[in-house]
Amino acid sequence: MSRKLDENGFVDLSFGAGGKASAQLTREIFAPEFSNPILNRMEDGAVIDMPNGRLVVSTDSHVISPIFFPGGDIGSLAIHGSVNDVAMMGAKPLHMSVGFIIEEGVPFSTLKRVAVSMGAAAREAGVMIVAADTKVVKKGEADQLYITSTCFGVLPDGVNVGADRARPGDMVILSGPIGDHGAAVLASREELSLTTDLKSDSQPLNDLVAEMLKSGADVRAMRDPTRGGLATALNELAMASGVGIEIDEVDVPVKEGVRSVSELLGLDPIYFACEGRLVAICPAKSAEILLAVMHKHPKGKDSAMIGEVTGKGDIPLILRSAFGGSRIVSVLTGEQMPRIC
Amino acid sequence: MCLAIPARVIALHGEEMGTVDLGGVERKVSLALVDAEVGDYVIVHVGVAISCLDEEEAKRTLAMFYELNDQLSESDEIPK
Amino acid sequence: MKFIDEYRDSQVIKSLLVLIAREATRPEGYRLMEFCGGHTHALYRYGLLPLLPERVTMVHGPGCPVCVLPISRIDAAVELAARDNVIFCSYGDMLRVPGSGGRSLLKAKAEGADVRMVYSPLDTLKLAVRNPERQIIFFAVGFETTAPATALALKQAAEQGITNFFVFCNHVLTPPAMRAILNAGSEGSHVDGIIGPGHVSAIIGSSGYRFVAEENHIPLVISGFEPADLLESILMLVRRIKEGHAVIENQYTRAVKDEGNLQAQSLMQEMFELRGSFEWRGFGILPDSAQKLAAEYAAFDAERKFQVEYGEAHDHKACRCAEVLRGQLQPEECPVFAGACTPESPLGACMVSSEGACAAAYSYGAASGAGAGQ
Repeated sequence: MSRKLDENGFVDLSFGAGGKASAQLTREIFAPEFSNPILNRMEDGAVIDMPNGRLVVSTDSHVISPIFFPGGDIGSLAIHGSVNDVAMMGAKPLHMSVGFIIEEGVPFSTLKRVAVSMGAAAREAGVMIVAADTKVVKKGEADQLYITSTCFGVLPDGVNVGADRARPGDMVILSGPIGDHGAAVLASREELSLTTDLKSDSQPLNDLVAEMLKSGADVRAMRDPTRGGLATALNELAMASGVGIEIDEVDVPVKEGVRSVSELLGLDPIYFACEGRLVAICPAKSAEILLAVMHKHPKGKDSAMIGEVTGKGDIPLILRSAFGGSRIVSVLTGEQMPRIC
Repeated sequence: MCLAIPARVIALHGEEMGTVDLGGVERKVSLALVDAEVGDYVIVHVGVAISCLDEEEAKRTLAMFYELNDQLSESDEIPK
Repeated sequence: MKFIDEYRDSQVIKSLLVLIAREATRPEGYRLMEFCGGHTHALYRYGLLPLLPERVTMVHGPGCPVCVLPISRIDAAVELAARDNVIFCSYGDMLRVPGSGGRSLLKAKAEGADVRMVYSPLDTLKLAVRNPERQIIFFAVGFETTAPATALALKQAAEQGITNFFVFCNHVLTPPAMRAILNAGSEGSHVDGIIGPGHVSAIIGSSGYRFVAEENHIPLVISGFEPADLLESILMLVRRIKEGHAVIENQYTRAVKDEGNLQAQSLMQEMFELRGSFEWRGFGILPDSAQKLAAEYAAFDAERKFQVEYGEAHDHKACRCAEVLRGQLQPEECPVFAGACTPESPLGACMVSSEGACAAAYSYGAASGAGAGQ
């Protein structure tokens, strides 16, 4: 297949056979949008100079549906997600590798749209997509498009961020309102018929993290609350460190539209996914400094101190209400289902 | 049986349907079981308005609550 | 959010708690049942249980329409979903409820059944119109709050001449369940007062509960769902109990009229008929306690169209949902609670329904360590 791809055409199985056809997909649709000196060499493997420091790697697979949603798409989500996972370790994300599984019948224009979005996301995050691969599967074997993304970053000496480093007395800081992504994607689901201008909060956070690490505050642990929301992220941090975390409901920022979606469907925003927020844990004495630094950055302007770390490790996460009540917040099991009761 | 939310009617569509708004989120719901005008609040359950919210009663209930607050002094703590 | 946030005001809640503590002075205490699963959920979600004085005990009622459905009907739903050419539509609540052998609608979906979650029965009509060659079955579950929506969908289906839409009707009624639980004697749990379901009452009004005062001689207060509503209702019950005054009162006046919603009631009369008997988990067979489609609308009845048969189905051997539903057992007292039975691997509906007492107790717990049955 040496003729150029027809912009109005769509992917068929001949592109999945490997070899020239699938290389053509990469070359004509994805590579021009990802363009960088390493990828443009179009070798079998990307040659990268080893940076000083420790290598950090993170991989994720993305199967979100719909693939285009308010505020983003599966492509930008893949870039942001993997960049953020590396950044949560305190590492500087540098390179990415992406794999695409494409369902037969997907229009080239759809793939192009995703490619454009990924290129832009990568440039914003300051990373290079240095390797890419495509495969095509039969109709029904994939839901339009699946993406696997891997990000490589470097952790400089002296930076030590880990989920097991939280200690009793530490403070918990959240970088912005929770649940925008989960609520926006849920609201865009056709069967719920909701109209809203909620948008996903999907964005890369490595620039915010860089400022936080420069601040002098001892950032002990960070996590981006993606699937399972703030509740799951804090549970994981608490369990990894063998501590308890207590947060105040009134201090957790939630946008009005997100609250509305959650009220209508009987769901809890604390379990909604975010794709552009982080929680950070630092010693009490440096919390104010860290918060001030975060406030100065556009991606941290709504940061809030939401709670503290306790020694009571038997219950990982407790939420205190405004009137003295409290409840256990466990990890999300399965998917939150809208309820009638 | 239970999850129903007060939302404001912002548009009517024919005899039986309307659009409601809850904090910026809108949905078309059935108004077939209530008499509601634009601006009224209705209680919505599974896409159907099951009752109108009586704003006078709502205000009365709240007024009683706030009176309670005033009656109790600041030092009243919830006994353990 | 207007008419919601004001009823979550922390100062108001504190004041109500202080008053309850001051006035609940009876040495024998107060056993109050919140009938409705939505109220159970709210009590746990706002962490109100540990804040109530020790003398006030909340007993969780059976008002969870998902929990009271017997296994045989869940099995029937799963079987219908698996039939050829069917699109089976259900509320989210029902998808993970386990039938025999742990088979749920979600598992059936994983095995290839076309099971779809819907927010409103009115949406299923759109599906029927868009898919004329498929048969759309709607799994109608719920008490009187939810039945009117099903009734509306049926009426519209009839008006529009839709012939591929069917309702698998499992609507149940509140007063018979309340009667059953109050008259369960040693099989039940003695209560001094009842918090009545707010949204059911918005439909049926207050007269259906008169027997609670007149025959069982305890007060009932119809309550809203926000924390201030629940606490005000508890305070009202405490006061009536102290006065020895068995009456039906309405705290949720902003949404509930004494006569209820007459339009909804007449629509339900038109579209539904009483079933002579219906099996309830926890109560066995109760007479005149559930609804089926009226004869005139039999063409939409899934049970008739698909010749649904009910097998002998039993709860899982270790499942004690029945006792939880009757208020005899608090979730935390169940031997399998949080052990063999969890939301990820539930043995019974009480642990997987969002309104189930066990699910609420498990998910929200009582962080202070005091269980719900203080």
